[in-house]
Amino acid sequence: MRYSALQIIKQGLTGNKGWTPAWREPEPKADYDIIIIGAGGHGLATAYYLAKEHGITNVAVLEKGWLGSGNIGRNTTIIRSNYMLPGNEPFYELSMKLWEGLEQDFNYNAMISQRGILNLCHSDPQRDAFARRGNAMLMAGADAVLLDEDGVRKLCPDLDFTNARFPIKGGLWQKRGGTVRHDAVAWGYARGADERGVDIIQNCEVVGMQIDNGVCTGVETTRGKIGAKKVAVCVAGSSSRVMSMAGMRLPIESHVLQAFVSEGLKPTIPGVITFGAGHFYISQSDKGGLVFGGDIDGYNTYAQRGNLPTVEDVCEGGMAIMPHIGRARLLRMWGGVMDMSMDGSPFIDKTDISGLFFNGGWCYGGFKATPASGWCYAHLLATGSPHETATELKLNRFKRGRMIDEKGVGAQPNLH
Amino acid sequence: MIINHPLLGPRDAAEFVYLGDASLINRPDSATSNAAEQFYEYLYLRDNVAGEMRELWYHEQGDRSWLVVTRNTLTHEISNVELARDVARAQGRNR
Amino acid sequence: MSQVNRIEQGLVDTNRELKFTFNDKLYIAHPGDTLASALLANGQRLVGRSFKYHRPRGIFSCGSEEPNALVELRRGAYLEPNTRATVTELFDGLQARSQNHRGPLGFDLMGINDLLSPFLSAGFYYKTFMWPKAFWEKLYEPVIRASAGLGSLSGLPDPDSYDKGFLHADILIIGAGSAGLSAALLAGESGARVILADEDFKLGGRLHAETLQVDGKSGSQWATSTVKTLSKMDNVRLMSRTTVYGAFDHGIYGALERKTDHLASAHGMPRQVLWRIYAKRSIVCTGATERSIAFGNNDRPGVMLAGAVRAYANRWGVTPGKRVAVFTNNDDGWRTATDLVNKGVEVSAVIDSRSIEAPASVAGASIIMGTNVIDTMGRAGIHTIALSNKQTIKCDCLAVSGGWNPNVHLTCHQRGRPSWNEKQACFLPDGVLPPGMHVAGAANGALSLSSAINSGFLVATDVLQSLNLNAAKMPSVNADDESTNIEPFWHSKQSTKRCWIDLQNDVTTKDIVVSHQDGFRAVEHLKRYTTLGMATDQGKTSNVLGLAIMAEHSGKSIQETGTTIFRPPYSPVPIGALAGRSRGKEFKPTRKTPSHDWAEARGAVFVETGNWLRAQWFPIEGETHWRESVDREVLQTRNSVGICDVSTLGKIDVQGKDAGEFLDRVYANTFSTLAVGKVRYGIMLREDGILMDDGTTARMGEHHYVMTTTTANAVSVFRHLEFCRQCLWPGLDVQLISATEQWAQYAVAGPNARKLLQKVVDPDFPIDNENFPFMACSDITVCGGIGARLFRISFSGELAYEIAVPTRYGNSIMETLLQAGEEFDAVPYGTEALGVMRVEKGHAAGNELNGQTTAANIGLGRMVSKKKDSIGNTLSEREGMNRENGLVLVGFKPVNSASTLSAGAHFVTRGNAATTENDEGWMTSVAYSPTLECSIGLGFIQRGQARMGEIVEAADPLRGKSTSVEIVSPHFIDPDGERLRG
Repeated sequence: MRYSALQIIKQGLTGNKGWTPAWREPEPKADYDIIIIGAGGHGLATAYYLAKEHGITNVAVLEKGWLGSGNIGRNTTIIRSNYMLPGNEPFYELSMKLWEGLEQDFNYNAMISQRGILNLCHSDPQRDAFARRGNAMLMAGADAVLLDEDGVRKLCPDLDFTNARFPIKGGLWQKRGGTVRHDAVAWGYARGADERGVDIIQNCEVVGMQIDNGVCTGVETTRGKIGAKKVAVCVAGSSSRVMSMAGMRLPIESHVLQAFVSEGLKPTIPGVITFGAGHFYISQSDKGGLVFGGDIDGYNTYAQRGNLPTVEDVCEGGMAIMPHIGRARLLRMWGGVMDMSMDGSPFIDKTDISGLFFNGGWCYGGFKATPASGWCYAHLLATGSPHETATELKLNRFKRGRMIDEKGVGAQPNLH
Repeated sequence: MIINHPLLGPRDAAEFVYLGDASLINRPDSATSNAAEQFYEYLYLRDNVAGEMRELWYHEQGDRSWLVVTRNTLTHEISNVELARDVARAQGRNR
Repeated sequence: MSQVNRIEQGLVDTNRELKFTFNDKLYIAHPGDTLASALLANGQRLVGRSFKYHRPRGIFSCGSEEPNALVELRRGAYLEPNTRATVTELFDGLQARSQNHRGPLGFDLMGINDLLSPFLSAGFYYKTFMWPKAFWEKLYEPVIRASAGLGSLSGLPDPDSYDKGFLHADILIIGAGSAGLSAALLAGESGARVILADEDFKLGGRLHAETLQVDGKSGSQWATSTVKTLSKMDNVRLMSRTTVYGAFDHGIYGALERKTDHLASAHGMPRQVLWRIYAKRSIVCTGATERSIAFGNNDRPGVMLAGAVRAYANRWGVTPGKRVAVFTNNDDGWRTATDLVNKGVEVSAVIDSRSIEAPASVAGASIIMGTNVIDTMGRAGIHTIALSNKQTIKCDCLAVSGGWNPNVHLTCHQRGRPSWNEKQACFLPDGVLPPGMHVAGAANGALSLSSAINSGFLVATDVLQSLNLNAAKMPSVNADDESTNIEPFWHSKQSTKRCWIDLQNDVTTKDIVVSHQDGFRAVEHLKRYTTLGMATDQGKTSNVLGLAIMAEHSGKSIQETGTTIFRPPYSPVPIGALAGRSRGKEFKPTRKTPSHDWAEARGAVFVETGNWLRAQWFPIEGETHWRESVDREVLQTRNSVGICDVSTLGKIDVQGKDAGEFLDRVYANTFSTLAVGKVRYGIMLREDGILMDDGTTARMGEHHYVMTTTTANAVSVFRHLEFCRQCLWPGLDVQLISATEQWAQYAVAGPNARKLLQKVVDPDFPIDNENFPFMACSDITVCGGIGARLFRISFSGELAYEIAVPTRYGNSIMETLLQAGEEFDAVPYGTEALGVMRVEKGHAAGNELNGQTTAANIGLGRMVSKKKDSIGNTLSEREGMNRENGLVLVGFKPVNSASTLSAGAHFVTRGNAATTENDEGWMTSVAYSPTLECSIGLGFIQRGQARMGEIVEAADPLRGKSTSVEIVSPHFIDPDGERLRG
């Protein structure tokens, strides 16, 4: 069913009885050309682009829970392409361009809202680093503006310009950054993939890999064995657990990132604001909730929940830079498991096992990458070679000494 | 979380800094023939277990001990806390 | 309007009057009232508007679960949006306003949304607003955003203060209702350290809301006397107005105590205290929350939860209506009818969905069994209801009971899921509870008073035993054991009108149907698609109703359908409280150097360097631009002598027989061969071969070194060294201590540095070039016997020393040095001049040691000794870090010497476009060199060493410019180092 304003009026006048399911609930077939493990944002996007861009539709997406139940369902909805290093920036800018046409492409309103993202800076060295980054963005075809204090004041008059412990000296502004209704991204991709014949199989957990003589031929699941010519893993925080079924150890640790939302408020925060020096970032949802977060808790965990020190640390950061939010109430805190890589950058790559592919290591930045990740993973699965914007996102880059370390903190995942 | 420090008793985890898997104690010998490969695996690859894990915490806002904490990454339950120095010695590390 | 609905005293103090305003109209209430009970007493039924359709709404409940009665409390900077009237204690002068409407509350222009509701069903916005593309941000979204949201923030800094505190207990009892009080009583008598916390300002829970009896007296009296008993126990801490909002790992609970919210002014006291409670055990006695039933127009003012209606009557002496009807599917709802009748309130009907014999008689009421309500009439407040048997009933208040949901939230904060209990028709805590947690009372399904009290005793006994404490004998209490029979009835199928489930987010039974049709059937999909349970009440009155109806549509059981995840906080917590006092200048500690006061008195401009404040420059009279000050400081230092506070550098004392060996392993270069009395510059790598830090280390004795680190890395380097010492080489005889804060350290630089120091250093310590050459170090005394250290090292490139004195002499040595330097016109210089001189000299600093660069990148690859193992040595050899076209740190000069360079520009070969493909490096640091009288820079560029003299473009599209620059040696001044050896 094609969604449109006309369709809404038609259905509204007939009691909303004619809507049909956004996706089927198919039984798994015995074999597929490609199995994607994980019906999160990246897995569903991969399926969608495989079908739409490469005409490959004999595809199953296996999901242990409900589709969209991973980090696509519990992030802070930010999109941006403000990276610095040549291995990253063209990839994230591809993602941004895909976001910009996504809703019309998959006929689903994901409420993509390019209200801008502002990174605040508080010192000369920070501003120098922002300048380096802003130039890298512009050289890759993205947009960036370096703001001085007055420029920041014009954008966000409610910030603390008089009494902040770390005075605001300026910021890096990406106007095309913003937010997206995160669940809708999963639903739009799922609906588009399903429509083109992809089987999305929920409540189907992969419990083993079929590997014969170094060739992956399928998976074992809670709903039986399913064969495939290619198996594409795309499970974010569960990456190490799934790849260990294939006997692989990864340059990844799983950590929890907490996020927070306040009660609904009339508009008060323009765009996305990040206060790196105080471990705090914030935006406001269309429904009025302040959506905010900070650093990961910092210890390995698979529990999708965090602890109080981080909660308080994040709120301290918030009050340090915008003391007018003190009387807003935090409504809900939640945690997602992040696949923190050893340099803070992701992987989209083949593995040493023929037919087994890996997509992961997104750290806490996977949401913004969803379209490009799907696009590039589909490209790799369909053509056998990496997409031109993802040539550096290789598993062997540590062995070769080709790290893509934006923050410069080295092989310690909890610092990225 | 609360870490039961072997010398100081229960302390809030916020006093500590986390490093990662206790296998980081097992730094390879640079003189071996495949040292590059060994160092790569040592520094970059992780078991990242879902379950009981031995990991390194540093009591930065305390006595500056490095500890090996055995903690379940699914439940956060801590079952054992040792001085990393003792663990390292027991694993044959010396000079 | 006076208190038309005040029927008796209840537990409020009617002898005293409090004035308050709602929407600027003045009302009277009494101590003990909440804003909700006061509004009801004054006959104010319409109190707010719903989120989506802006439907008129009235007070629905009497607790923190309230979905409707949200107000903006107080004024100005104290404005507090979304405040639940039901838990707002009334104080004299309280000001409240309804929120989320345009125009007056009674005629909200946004009410138009309600007329459009056929087109605004669940998920409608995902299906439209896509065309034309640009319209989302320009038109649709601004409109949606302006109409969304509830209350407003003032936009002013929160004027209140908040404290944080830590408490420890053997047993934390959460909820002071019947179960909590009995558990506390037993635990208290047994000598355990007990904390009893309750969100209400009056401990006792629903004992105050009911007319049930305990030991022959009213439950309320029993609660009051039990609280009195507990308050006399030293081992029991009673915390009213305290919400335990979350259960975290290892028995840590978050709690928020409202200290002054019930007062007109905080009078300088903290508004709230955020407690972190460490409890060996906890007993969750959080009671239960009533749920509604879905029927047509069940959202109108006057439709309320039955338990709340009788709470208002019993506790607050207020009837929510003059003529009340009750609609229930369980025996508990009947108690609302009987309690009201006993207070003389007219009850027009009791409608029970069960086809059973009426469980009670209610004087004057029609008793209608096996029937349900299908509609209500009266837009701004009901006056009539319609039943499935075609009957209509007159009433201005409809008390609805769909059963009670145990408050299991805290039991699920560690990802536990409750189980559906068919008999009691509610979710109960499952066996898997957070470690140390127990549940008692209604929260555990003990819904009658007698069972709840007994459950409190029993669980407390178990808990005491698990703590190896002797439990006191269980008291025998004789309490009412009222019936709680229920037959689930979720929604009226006969109703043709919209039947509301989530009152705040406007979710109806039709939305559940659409959600099901659209394929959003998993409970998490249901929530996210319809927004069920996502409002400020987190679905406390609506979630179970919604998922039960979804279960019905999908043909699954309620257990199979399951709940969404319970997340903290139990009820919302102000962000200000979570931040506490860490705001403004107190956000992080401010570190000041020992001579900070001196610098301040001298008029220094300070700059934040991490948590440190450092003097950036020292302006003198007549200087109007910072560059004037900095240029003067640089030139005076280079021409005569300058003094700079370098105390913030990390200082680590390294001692032991193996100190040298240890340093050889943590530094890329060698230190064991350093002679005593000498200093060496060292570079330290991370294990991945990337530069971690640099600095000088001095050998003060055979087994004693003093290491300096950069200011930024002082803490992380020390941590790393301890890791190496304790975890990698526990057998080395080496000890470390951080001495950063024990020594004040000053650089004295310039051609007259020695002459100046000779006036300060005691004559026993000759520091002429022969006795104290470049890179010498020594323990010395100054000013007639004060112990100090002297290092002949130079960051500026001049003849220079660093002198360290114990911290307490920091201020006076600075004064002494400047006094001694008067004859040379010595100047103090700040970090800016320091930075200029280090760029002129080509030293790498933070911008170059950014965690992405190698020793080879900064031109010091040969310092990585291959004769020994050291941290990072092996992995620094990887091919990617040793590329042919690798980056090298070099100097840059503008071709046109009048041009100004900027850090962050990227280098491209002349003629190439500024694109990612053509990117060859970037400018890391720039400075105006007063010595060379032009702008100079340092930067990384591919094959830099081999390209000396080449002209490249420093592209800076961010600032709209591109500058032609020449690649030069990074050592702009004295490349052979003659000055520093002089």
